[in-house]
Parts: sequence; structure tokens; C-alpha cells
Amino acid sequence: MMSDNEVNRELLVFALGKEEYGIDILKVQEIRGYDAVTSIANSPVFIKGVINLRGNIVPIVDLRIKFGLGNVVYDQFTVVIIINVSQRTMGIVVDGVSDVMTLASDQLRSAPEFGSALDTAYILGLGTVENRMIILVDIEKLMTSADMALVEAIAA
Amino acid sequence: MTIDMSQFIAVFFDEAAEHLASLEALLLKLDVENPDPEALNAIFRAAHSIKGGAATFGFNDLTEVTHILENLLDRIRKQETQLRPEMVDAFLRAGDVLQDMLAAHRGQGEADEIAIEQITHELASFSNEDKPAMALKGMSIEIAAGEIFDINNLIAGLARYGEVSNIEHGDDEHPWRLNVATEQSAENILESITFLISPERICIQNGKNKINKEIEKVADTSNSQDGAYGFFEDAAASEPAVNEGYGFFTSETTPEPTVLLEDGEGFGFFTAVAAIVPEPTPIEAPVIHEPLNRRSSDRTVMEKGAEKATVSDKSDSSIRVSVEKVDQLLNLVGELVITQSMLAQNALLLDPVVHEKLLSGVAQLERNTRELQESVMSIRMMPISFVFNRYPRLVRDLASKLNKQVELRMIGENTELDKGFIEKLSDPMTHLVRNSLDHGLETPEVRLAKGKPAQGNLTLKAFHQGGNIVIEVSDDGAGLNRERILSKARERGFNVNDNMPDSEVWMLIFEAGFSTAEQVTDVSGRGVGMDVVRKNIQSMGGRIEIQSMTGIGSTMSVRLPLTLAILDGMSISVSSELYIIPLTFIVESLQPRMVDIKSMAGRGSVINVRGEYLPLVALYEVFNLPTEVKSFEDGIAIILEAEGQKIALFVDDLLGQHQVVVKNLETNYRRVAGVAGATIMGDGHVAFILDIAILVQMAQQITTPYLTQMAA
Repeated sequence: MMSDNEVNRELLVFALGKEEYGIDILKVQEIRGYDAVTSIANSPVFIKGVINLRGNIVPIVDLRIKFGLGNVVYDQFTVVIIINVSQRTMGIVVDGVSDVMTLASDQLRSAPEFGSALDTAYILGLGTVENRMIILVDIEKLMTSADMALVEAIAA
Repeated sequence: MTIDMSQFIAVFFDEAAEHLASLEALLLKLDVENPDPEALNAIFRAAHSIKGGAATFGFNDLTEVTHILENLLDRIRKQETQLRPEMVDAFLRAGDVLQDMLAAHRGQGEADEIAIEQITHELASFSNEDKPAMALKGMSIEIAAGEIFDINNLIAGLARYGEVSNIEHGDDEHPWRLNVATEQSAENILESITFLISPERICIQNGKNKINKEIEKVADTSNSQDGAYGFFEDAAASEPAVNEGYGFFTSETTPEPTVLLEDGEGFGFFTAVAAIVPEPTPIEAPVIHEPLNRRSSDRTVMEKGAEKATVSDKSDSSIRVSVEKVDQLLNLVGELVITQSMLAQNALLLDPVVHEKLLSGVAQLERNTRELQESVMSIRMMPISFVFNRYPRLVRDLASKLNKQVELRMIGENTELDKGFIEKLSDPMTHLVRNSLDHGLETPEVRLAKGKPAQGNLTLKAFHQGGNIVIEVSDDGAGLNRERILSKARERGFNVNDNMPDSEVWMLIFEAGFSTAEQVTDVSGRGVGMDVVRKNIQSMGGRIEIQSMTGIGSTMSVRLPLTLAILDGMSISVSSELYIIPLTFIVESLQPRMVDIKSMAGRGSVINVRGEYLPLVALYEVFNLPTEVKSFEDGIAIILEAEGQKIALFVDDLLGQHQVVVKNLETNYRRVAGVAGATIMGDGHVAFILDIAILVQMAQQITTPYLTQMAA
């Protein structure tokens, strides 16, 4: 299983509703509880607002709202994953973080085309671990994509 | 031991850039008819320093160009050549070429070989044409025995000055002997080859005069004050027949010092020295030493010049610090300010009697923090002359390109503003200056026909006003053409009418794709438009205003906050949200009475403030927030002024005045319409700072639907 180091991916697995997603652990800065945010006027609903992360203004995205999965309740168990993508710090709200796992290349399948809930462009593949299916997300590509409205569109 | 040269190279680049900048500034100030000798010295010194540095780091191409430049400058400052306007042009262009070459060495872009070739040639031709009297002189050069060197290099070096012939490999004492036919003086030749071979080994015979460095040695031995050349004694000791040298030694050899005066053209010192020559005494030895040891003597002259020069870069001591370090310091102080205000806020809850000592400590902390903050802020402040200084050159070049006569005046160059602005300001400013020159000022003929002096005035002015810095670019040209702007606006489908006030008409030129230029010229009409200027200035938290009068001229005023990082703000609340309004935009606040509020066209509301009807905009409407305050009488109207327009912003409540640290929202997020940035409040929560200029625009779109259609 550990034969091919290059394709082994260490993932942080989190839950959105009944689905399990995995992101590259190297992109993760920290995990924290959900704090009160300052909401941004006229922003998409899935952008909850910004928080003060030790002096930095960090936007918070609720992936549950964005993907339309899970029940969007904010309680003491709600988790925010702070990630670092393309020199930016952002937070994503998820239902919960389950574990950190290593996925070998033979456990990966390419994702079939599926609906508009999640564009397959951001799916690196599907991982299978003991009857669990983990959707491998290219979090960098996803967070900097135009429909997330987190990053200014590059001026032509 | 190896030394990491790269750190010094960076310093060289910085210094060379500074020298080039001062070279340019000095050249532009130079009165061609009657040049100030000290300015000429300073110019020479700048070129000389660049050459020295370039040679040290082995940038041969730089050394070559600066060497020619330096030679010509040297001749000018010694009044051997008359300074002419073409020369100043050539010098300026040489500066540009050097800048390109420096950039190329830094790995930015490539130097333009053709331009280098051209400027070298041009400078050389200036050096040559002024000495028609200088016929080709035959010189024989003898190289004494010593360490092995590359004769081919030497020949190649000499070939640049003239024709090299009769290369002989002689005896052991003078292993090489060759003739050069050149226009250059023997001294120049000597100096040019001393890079390759130690001067003691060179003996140049030029007609009657024999020149070599051994004279120096003679002077040394008779005087033994300068031990530096003692190292070379071995090579020199084997050298006979050297004493006839310069003709200073009248008693010994050449009887006529007058020959010298004509021949030794490289040495400006000779007139003075020659006067002493008739009485050769032992005291004379150091005098002889001086002209030969040219570099050190130059330096004394230059240093004197520098002391007197008004632009002295060494007068105030300074250290170079990278911007990141200052920014980091500023960030830390920002954090400290937040922490301090957090403490102060919590301390208010304590019983002042019980916690007296703690409270006085907190009060002291507040004072200290504020002082620390102010001094850190002042590190970032730089005089605006850093921006202004590039315009004399630009104006000069443009004016000659456009055949216009312009006098540039700069007022308030010492006004300080944030370094962050300095860098961002130059682009929009350049555009405004170009615009004034191209569209504003008329040609001398037109001006004379209008009864104005042929020479136009362009003024750059910077001053403080309130919490702002105002930078004005004004000209006494034709002014903006109202009719043309209006017709152009109609052409482009803007909603305009003939009764619009001037101030609104002028603002039209900031619309995207709006150019009043009738034709695209070399100077303007390509790329950046006025809309970009406005965008740039807005991104700095500033605004731009235009005053213009037909036939009298126009003034563009750029208004910037003092600094990017900290601002005074008023905190307000709307429903459960807290926002900060920069104090500079607030005119007044008032509690509206229902009788003063009227509706217009069934939609937008206006408020009567002492006879003036202002659009009343509710912030909850602009930001789509749920509101708890339904009646205007329950809230507060804040009168704001931005871009020459006033609006009344309706909010729930005024909370208080704070000094806030501006945090950039775009570091981790994108720009949000109506929000200029964010800050962290005393309780650790984030509050947004409102962008009033954008808010006013957004408000117009909300209250006046036809504007929304236009934008779409």
C-alpha cells in the first residue's frame, strides 16, 4: 500500500451531511469551533462573513449551504477548517471532521460526471476505504473558482 | 575567505539608481548658458561614482558608457568644452540607457544594444568635435618588465583611442614597445591602460614629453610622505631615464613649461601649478604629486562641492530598511493598539476606587501606545518630492515633443505622505501631468493669439487640508471643453443634459472609455484612461476633483488620507451590524424630522437640510439588511460628502468615535462594494469600514432606477 509514495495522499476527511469529503492535509492550517462572524453585505448566502483570526480578516464559507447538503445548524459542535490556498487564508464550515487518512493510488477511482451540485472539475477522484466513499476535492481549485466569489476575478 | 558579493551588489544597484536620479535632477536644473560649477561637479561625481561601482563589480558595459560620459563631463566642468543643450539631452538619454543597463543586470528586461551603441557614439563625438586643434599625436608606449599581463587586451584597449602600430617585443627591460596615433592626451591614454597594468610599468613618450608614473615615485622618494607606491619599487627601480617627466623639473630637463600647458590638456591644475614652476624648491614635490594622483585630488574638489551643494545626500544620516520590516512593525503596533483598546474597554467595567492603580496603568499604556504608533507611522512617511521629482524630466521631454513651452513649478514638495502612496501615486499623477500638457496647455502660437504669454505654467502642489493631503496638478491652458464633453457623452449614450452643473460635466471624463482627445497622439490616448486614474486614486482611499474654466486653465485635485493604515472613524449601527464611517467624509449628523423628508417621483426620498435637498439613503437598503428602525425619526441621518456630492445616510444609531487600524479585506477575500476595508474592534469582532465614494454611487443606483439601467 505504501509502495508508491507520490500518489499516497494524506487527507483530512470531513462530513457534509451524509457524504464524506477529503482534502489535502497540507492545505489545512487549523480546525476551530464556529465563532460569531461579521456578515458581508450583498454576498452569496454560503459566504457567512469574516472573522478575526489573530488579527487577520478571514472569510468563512459554509460548504453545507454551498453544496446544499447537511442540516445547517450552528452549535458548539460545528467545525471550521481554516485552510491556506493560493496565499490566502479561508475558513470552511463543515458538519464535522472524522479523521486523517492516507489514500493510495489503487484506492482512487475517477469521478463520474454528476449533477450541478458539485462540478466535477473540482473532484480529483473517489476514494474507497472499507465501504466508505470519500470524495477527494481539489480545495484550492474550488475555493478560487469564480462561482465561489471568494477571489476577485482576474481583470482581463 | 569568500565574500558574498551579492549583498554589496544590491547596495550598488540602489546607489547607482540614486546617483542616476540625482544626475537627472541636476541636469534638469542646469542652466546651459551659465552652468553652476558646483552642479557640474556634482554631476561629474554622480557619473564617477557609478563608474567606480560598476568597475568594482565587473559590469564592463556600464563602466564603458560611464567612462565616456565622465570624460566629457570632466572636460565641461574644467571649461575645456562649452556645454550645449544637445549635450544635456544626450546626458539625459545616457542616464536612461544606464538605467536600462542596470535593470538588465538586475535581471529585469534587456539592455538595448543599439541605444547603448548610439549614446556611446554620440557622447564620443561630443568629446571629439570640440578639439579640432588636437591633431593625431604619435605616442610611443613602453611597458617595463614585471608581472605577466595580456598584451592583446592592452592593444585592444588602446585601439579604441587610436591606431596602434609598431608593436615590438623588446628587450628584457622594456619587453613591449608600441606606437599609438591618437587624439587623446597622453594622460588619458595612461589612465585608460592603468586598469590593465600597474602604472609604474608604463612609460609614454609623446613628442618631447615623457609621461609615466615614476615621477610620482621620484616625488615620493624626495618627500617620502606617501608610502603607497613603495610596493612597486622593484619594477620602477630598474627603470632608467625617467626624470624628464612633466617638465616641472625645469631645472633638470625641459626648459619651457609653456609647452606643457598646451599639451597636458587632461590636467586642469596646470595653470595654477605652472605659476609655481619657475622656482623649483623641495617643497614643490607634494605639489607635483597632486596632479598626478588625480583621483584623490578630484575627490577633495568634489567633497567641497558636495558640502556646498544644496542637494546633499549625505547631510542627514539614514539607514536603509526593507519595506516589509516596516510593514511588519506597523502591523504589530496595530495589534498592540487593538489589544490596548480591548484592555481599556474592559477596564471601564472595573470599580475605579478599588482598581485605581490598574486603571492609571491602563491610561499610561494608552499614551505610550499612541506615541509608539505615531513614531512608527512616521517611519513610513516620505516627502512627496519622491513623486514630484520625476516630472521635470517628463515635462521637459513632452514639451519638446509637443512643441510647447512650459514652466513647471512645484510647491510643497516636502509634504510627507505614506510610502505606500508614493508608489501608487506616480502612475495617476503621470497621467494627469501628461493630460495637462497634451490637452490643457496650448501651443505658443495659440497662447500668443489669446493674449497669454507663450510659456505655459504647469504647477504641482501638495499640501495638508484637514485630515487629508491634497495634490494638485494645475495648468493655465485652455480648460476643459464643456460642449465637447457633453456631445461626446451623448455620443456614448450617457444620460446628460445641458443644464448639468460644470462639476458634474467634468466628472464625465472619468467614465470608462471616455476620451476627449480628438486624435490619439503619441502622448495620450493609448492605454490608461482617466477612469483608471480615478480607480487608482479610489483604491488609495482618495478622491479626485476637477476645477476648470475655459481659457483660464484647469486644476485636478487629488485628495488622499494621511495614511493607509489607520484612520479616525465613527462607528454606527444598522440592525445588529456595526460599521465604521471615516470621519473625513462626515459633514454632520442630525436626527431627521418627518416634515423635512419628502419623496421624489414616488421612490427616492430627499431630506431638507437647511434649505438644501439631499438624497436620503438608508444603509439597510443599500446593504439589504433587516432593519429594526422603521421610521426615519427613530434613527440618525449622517450627511456625507464624497466626490463633490452630498448624501444623507440613514442609520439606526451613532455609537462613537474610534481610531481604527485598517485591515485589507482583499488579503484573503475580494473587494466588497461599499466597503473600504475592515477593522477589529475592541471586543475582537470585525467591523467593516464603509467606502463612502462607492456608497454614494450605489445609493444613486438604488434611488434612481434609470441609472441602474445605464450601468447594465
